[in-house]
Amino acid sequence: MRGPLHLAWRYMVHFRVKTAILVASITLIAFLPAGLNVLIGESAAQLTSRAEATPLLAGARGSPLELVLSSLYFGAETPETSSWAEAIRVSESGLAEAIPLYVRFRARTQPIVGTSLEYFDFRGLRLAAGRAMALLGECVVGSRAAERLDVGPGDTVISSPESVFDLAGVYPLKMRVAGVLAPSYGPDDEAVFVDVKTAWVIEGLGHGHRDLAAPGADRAVLARDGNRITANASVVQYNEITPENVASFHFHDDPASYPLTAFIAVPRDARSGVILRGRYEGGEERMQIVQPIDVMDELLDTVLTVRSYVVAAMGTVAFATLATAGLVFMLSLRLRRREIETIVKIGGSRLGVATVLASEVVVVLVLGVALAALLTALASRFGSDAIRAFLLS
Amino acid sequence: MGQSAMSCGEIAGGPAVASTDRIVQVEGLRFGYPEGDFSLGISAFEVRTREAVAVIGPSGSGKTTLLHLIAGIVRAREGRVLTQGVDVGGLDDAGRRDFRLRHIGLVFQEFELLEYLDVLDNILLPYRINASLRLDEAARERARSLAERLGIGDKLRRLPRQLSQGERQRAAVCRALVTAPALLLADEPTGNLDPANKGRVLDSLFDCAAESGTTLLAVTHDHEVLGRFDRVVDSKSFAARGGSPVSGSAP
Repeated sequence: MRGPLHLAWRYMVHFRVKTAILVASITLIAFLPAGLNVLIGESAAQLTSRAEATPLLAGARGSPLELVLSSLYFGAETPETSSWAEAIRVSESGLAEAIPLYVRFRARTQPIVGTSLEYFDFRGLRLAAGRAMALLGECVVGSRAAERLDVGPGDTVISSPESVFDLAGVYPLKMRVAGVLAPSYGPDDEAVFVDVKTAWVIEGLGHGHRDLAAPGADRAVLARDGNRITANASVVQYNEITPENVASFHFHDDPASYPLTAFIAVPRDARSGVILRGRYEGGEERMQIVQPIDVMDELLDTVLTVRSYVVAAMGTVAFATLATAGLVFMLSLRLRRREIETIVKIGGSRLGVATVLASEVVVVLVLGVALAALLTALASRFGSDAIRAFLLS
Repeated sequence: MGQSAMSCGEIAGGPAVASTDRIVQVEGLRFGYPEGDFSLGISAFEVRTREAVAVIGPSGSGKTTLLHLIAGIVRAREGRVLTQGVDVGGLDDAGRRDFRLRHIGLVFQEFELLEYLDVLDNILLPYRINASLRLDEAARERARSLAERLGIGDKLRRLPRQLSQGERQRAAVCRALVTAPALLLADEPTGNLDPANKGRVLDSLFDCAAESGTTLLAVTHDHEVLGRFDRVVDSKSFAARGGSPVSGSAP
């Protein structure tokens, strides 16, 4: 057996390009379906784990998928906003705790997530450095966001204007980094977390400026009407909230009307959850409350349907590839006819020749399948990281 | 031809061979390919041990077929072909292969070296293709020694395409002799060689055969080399001696 194996090996080494192409073909057709299954399975697990961990999500009526993707995965979708009052309504109902989410702004490419400290406990997020945000204008950044923005505790992050040409639009706010989160391998790693009030400051709903009642501030006063002072354009507005100027920051209008992308509703118990969902079922209701896992399952059903088509297509490609490899092998037999005849004339048996050829086929198959198994193992081992990176990028 | 230290003796195994001074005996042979109109008839033909015999004759007269019959590559329809006293045609396929491998060396006009094997592996090919021969250090040493003797000892790791035509044929001669066969069958061994290489290959062939006591039966069209053989047989004489005339065309 060693003789035929030796001949097969020498042949494959000599015609290494042809051998490599055949091995690569076998590797691909063996790996793609298995690897795709691993990667899709990992993607599904990644997506559903976060959705599973979120019992209920409430937001303005509209696309549930857009609501979930925006609020849970901090995607670029911008669903209709609901209001702070709705979150208060749920909290005050005693049925659930409401954790606000306002995801509209970005610091370069990283989403700025306005929320409350309860969010960190809810998601089980831990600090790797620094402390939690305590003051208006402070932020806590996710691990990947810290890398990308190259910031750590004590540094600052500036919110990005939504449009550089919109001079009257959102004013950039410089925020001090209070802490950096430990990796959680989810969308939280990419986010810059601020208190929801800080997000409203970025929106321009709250602001801080020089005290117009202070001595020497007359030049910035346009009009006075009792306690009501109207500033002119020369008034100095603060673009950073510091311990010195934090007292000057204030909000106009009724905060209950301030916007939220959504709020996570954490029911006291299962019954409370059912009641809460029932309250939002009415056709007149401006709000919707969804179970994120249902929304993601629906999305995944679509993905899995697509996967079955892809796998079927791959099966066809695999068949065509195998047929081509078989054809290449048959053609090589014709090219090797004289070699085979020489071996037989010298004293080799047809069985021996068949063993040489079969050894080549087996070695190619074994190498191809082994490589595919290795790739599949790597996909299993590192696929989750790759998927996270892909999903988060 | 004399025996020398180069002779390795025959490799044990296979059907028992008779000790005879006639290494090839053909009697009342009739042969034809099933798919062709060629037929060959030889009433009697023999080669004595250690003799160097050349078979000449026109193309299609059955010279190569005769070598194939003696080697047991094909079987006669009638008559007997005794090689070393063994009726090769009476052996089954495996027996004929084994006999050929142990007792007969073959040299082809177009060398028929395997392009993906280096010279050493080509020389050792008989050991690679049949489990009944044991590839041991003695076999490797024999291969190296033969290559050295034929002037290609420094090219053992080269591929056939890296050799000259003459070197390729010398490698093929080494392959034919590596199992120390009693009979060397050469089919147009110089047919593809220029005059300089022709002389060198023939020198090697005759020297090695003489030194190892191997009988040489060669088919050739080359009349310049006939003087080196002990005996020359014209294929036309097969019929003249009572066999049926050759008809059709043979491979």
